[in-house]
Amino acid sequence: MTMQTRDTLHEGIVMYGGSPKILLAGAGLLLAVLAPYALYPVFLMKVLCFALFACAFNLLIGFAGLLSFGHAAFFGGAAYIAAHVVKVWGWAPEFGLIAATAVAGLMGLVFGLIAIRRQGIYFAMITLALSQMVFFLALQLPFTHGEDGIQGVPRGTLFGLFDLGQPLTMYYTVLAIFVAGFALIWRTVHSPFGQVLKAIRENEPRAVSLGYRTDRYKLVAFVLSASLAGLAGGTKALVFQLASLTDVTWQMSGEVVLMTLLGGMGTLFGPVVGAGLVVTLESYLASTSLPVPVVIGCIFVVCVLLFRRGIVGELLHRLPGKGNR
Amino acid sequence: MSHLFGIPPQALFGQLLLGLINGSFYALLSLGLAVIFGMLNVVNMAHGALYMVGAFVAWLLLTYLGVGYWGALVLAPLAVGAVGLVLERTMLRRLYKVDHLYGLLLTFGLALIFEGAFRHQYGVSGQPYPIPELLKGGINLGFMYLPTYRGWVVAASLLVCLGTWFAIERTKLGAYLRAATENPTLVQAFGINVPVMVSLTYGFGVALAGLAGVLAAPIYQVSPLMGSNLIIVVFAVVVIGGMGSILGAIVTGLGLGLLEGLAKVFYPEASNIVVFVIMAVVLMVKPAGLFGRER
Amino acid sequence: MPDGMNTKTAMLEIADLYGFYGESHVLHGVSLEVRQGEVVTLLGRNGAGKTSTMRAIMGIMGKRTGSIRFQGTELIGMAQHRIPRLGIGYVPEERGIFSSLSVDENLTLPPVVKEGGMTVPQIHELFPNLRGRGSTQGTRLSGGEQQMLAIARILRTGATLILLDEPTEGLAPVIIEQIGVAVRALKQRGFTIVLVEQNFRFAATIADRHYVMEEGHVVDMIPNDQLHANMDKLHTYLGV
Repeated sequence: MTMQTRDTLHEGIVMYGGSPKILLAGAGLLLAVLAPYALYPVFLMKVLCFALFACAFNLLIGFAGLLSFGHAAFFGGAAYIAAHVVKVWGWAPEFGLIAATAVAGLMGLVFGLIAIRRQGIYFAMITLALSQMVFFLALQLPFTHGEDGIQGVPRGTLFGLFDLGQPLTMYYTVLAIFVAGFALIWRTVHSPFGQVLKAIRENEPRAVSLGYRTDRYKLVAFVLSASLAGLAGGTKALVFQLASLTDVTWQMSGEVVLMTLLGGMGTLFGPVVGAGLVVTLESYLASTSLPVPVVIGCIFVVCVLLFRRGIVGELLHRLPGKGNR
Repeated sequence: MSHLFGIPPQALFGQLLLGLINGSFYALLSLGLAVIFGMLNVVNMAHGALYMVGAFVAWLLLTYLGVGYWGALVLAPLAVGAVGLVLERTMLRRLYKVDHLYGLLLTFGLALIFEGAFRHQYGVSGQPYPIPELLKGGINLGFMYLPTYRGWVVAASLLVCLGTWFAIERTKLGAYLRAATENPTLVQAFGINVPVMVSLTYGFGVALAGLAGVLAAPIYQVSPLMGSNLIIVVFAVVVIGGMGSILGAIVTGLGLGLLEGLAKVFYPEASNIVVFVIMAVVLMVKPAGLFGRER
Repeated sequence: MPDGMNTKTAMLEIADLYGFYGESHVLHGVSLEVRQGEVVTLLGRNGAGKTSTMRAIMGIMGKRTGSIRFQGTELIGMAQHRIPRLGIGYVPEERGIFSSLSVDENLTLPPVVKEGGMTVPQIHELFPNLRGRGSTQGTRLSGGEQQMLAIARILRTGATLILLDEPTEGLAPVIIEQIGVAVRALKQRGFTIVLVEQNFRFAATIADRHYVMEEGHVVDMIPNDQLHANMDKLHTYLGV
């Protein structure tokens, strides 16, 4: 009975927007707005791009239970598209990003149609194999320039108004993109659609027997996730003025898995925390003689063996009010 | 007939032989993956890294201890198998009760560690490994020149694959393995130590990868990333063949190697992606794979 | 060969057995005793703990406390794969015939744990249906034949105590008859048998004693010769 009251109470708080989650998001946003005065904007933008990428990935694994091991294809593939249309065709940056997102969504549709035919481990292997195909295409197609990648991509002027060549302008643009993407994911997760996805994750046969065409739901989630990963990749291409093979390798797909796992799969903020940590760690390791993949691999192993809830997941688990998921 | 479809026969057969060799490696590696998957429900992402470790063990044996090819052919798979036993006992074992995806993630982390460590130590460039004296030279088959070592690789892989097939499908030990794959609890209730069997299965599966690594050493150079991209193709092979059948893994591996060889002759640009395209087509037509059963 | 005459020694003694599957508590203090050469049934409604008792003996259970002694040896705490090697054979309710194994492979799968097991010709004499079917895929046999195979493969091992979980479930009366003949033959050969049965008319034709289980423990013991006198009580227990 008391449980019941508390739950209702909690729901009420969420409804009126006073939930700690919203407060946390607000505080995070404030921090992000002020951050470039304390830290390098390029570093922060890298974190934001990967955070959006990880959030997009988490939409699948955390809320639909699908492990894609091929998300680098959307991230890196979209980076090539953005770089190409902006540099070679001279498109404005906003159209470059739209093109990148759209192509990634289209690739997501194709991947999804093929991979959704199998579940679990097979799904992971199929997405991995398909993304490897994209890697070989990126290696061979003329417009991607093979090992060199597309270099010297101009950042251009956003909406003809904002000169993205200015670091702070670029930073706030990236922040806006991240916030928009994150808000979309937040809305999706809390929408009826998101509830169906969770039902599929918990028990797909039951969802089917309730009359849901689960494949459709999974496909839509996959396309949405791929599009947002593409948006992140396109943004990264503008930030670094570069699209390269690194972003389409399967190691990159693994990296986004790690960010999400480390932060907490199925939590909204986990991927952001994970991306921040991994990017920070990698830039720190770059200045030491420690081999990055070995350290990353060790974190992977430790996370999987001892720490499967991730940082945010573990915090939520230890919080007294478990309704706060 | 000096030209087949406008291609000189030497070039055609040459590429087909290369395809057959690649196919032999696909078969050996996908066989190991299938055996491990059947028993442990783990997609061993570290398989390519352990293939590389096999090649490196051979190279290290030769460079530092003067142990040659034939010794390495026995010792390297044993070493890789021992590494596998340790990994299974200390890590994989803890994950059997949670979602199978964690096994995949763990072995992915292990692959990063192995590849990263060898790269750190030996750099990305390959180390040459000599062809053993006995297998140098070649044979003129009339329609093509067959380098002896390449013929040996195909023959040896086939022999090992068929031997494994025989051991699993036709022997008592294989019956235990098949039974334990189906219902480990009951097999244990008959008095068989299933956890030990599971460890040995993993050890055996990765030992096959190690063996493939030794066989590959004289053909490709020994380099830390030699297994990194190869293993993804092998995953595609496994998806195409379906995990259900040992013979399926062998046939699919060889067949796709040959197809890749043909692609190199007729449409070289597509040779890297032909396996993935076939995978997509097979999934659309027969989601369980060519030889697979729906699970 | 087990000595059929010596019915005084206790072969299996279970005392105060508690058992759990994960969070759920399924056995609440089971105590029973099976003497050498006896056929004992566990009767009870669904969920009373009969199958769980068998699984607890075999060690196929999350956690168990109390005592299970087989010929004086404590089974709780023993490695799971050692228990059958003491001479205990288990025929699970779902029969557990392996589809990737032929009939012969199924038959010879359980390792021989003691001397004195039946030979394959003896088994074929007991279950003529299995003769000449050796290379058939195990699960292609009919339900009754699969049940015979499930029993047959235990007989080869030399196990002296056999746990039979609902051997007649879902089978036609003719087949049940055949299984009954076989079980009686086994009793004559001196095997000790613990039988889970819903069909107590079948149980009455072969058992020496009946344990009645309810809610995870034994509530009554009825010797077979007093079964008629206790019919009303039994009907209440089983809710028939």
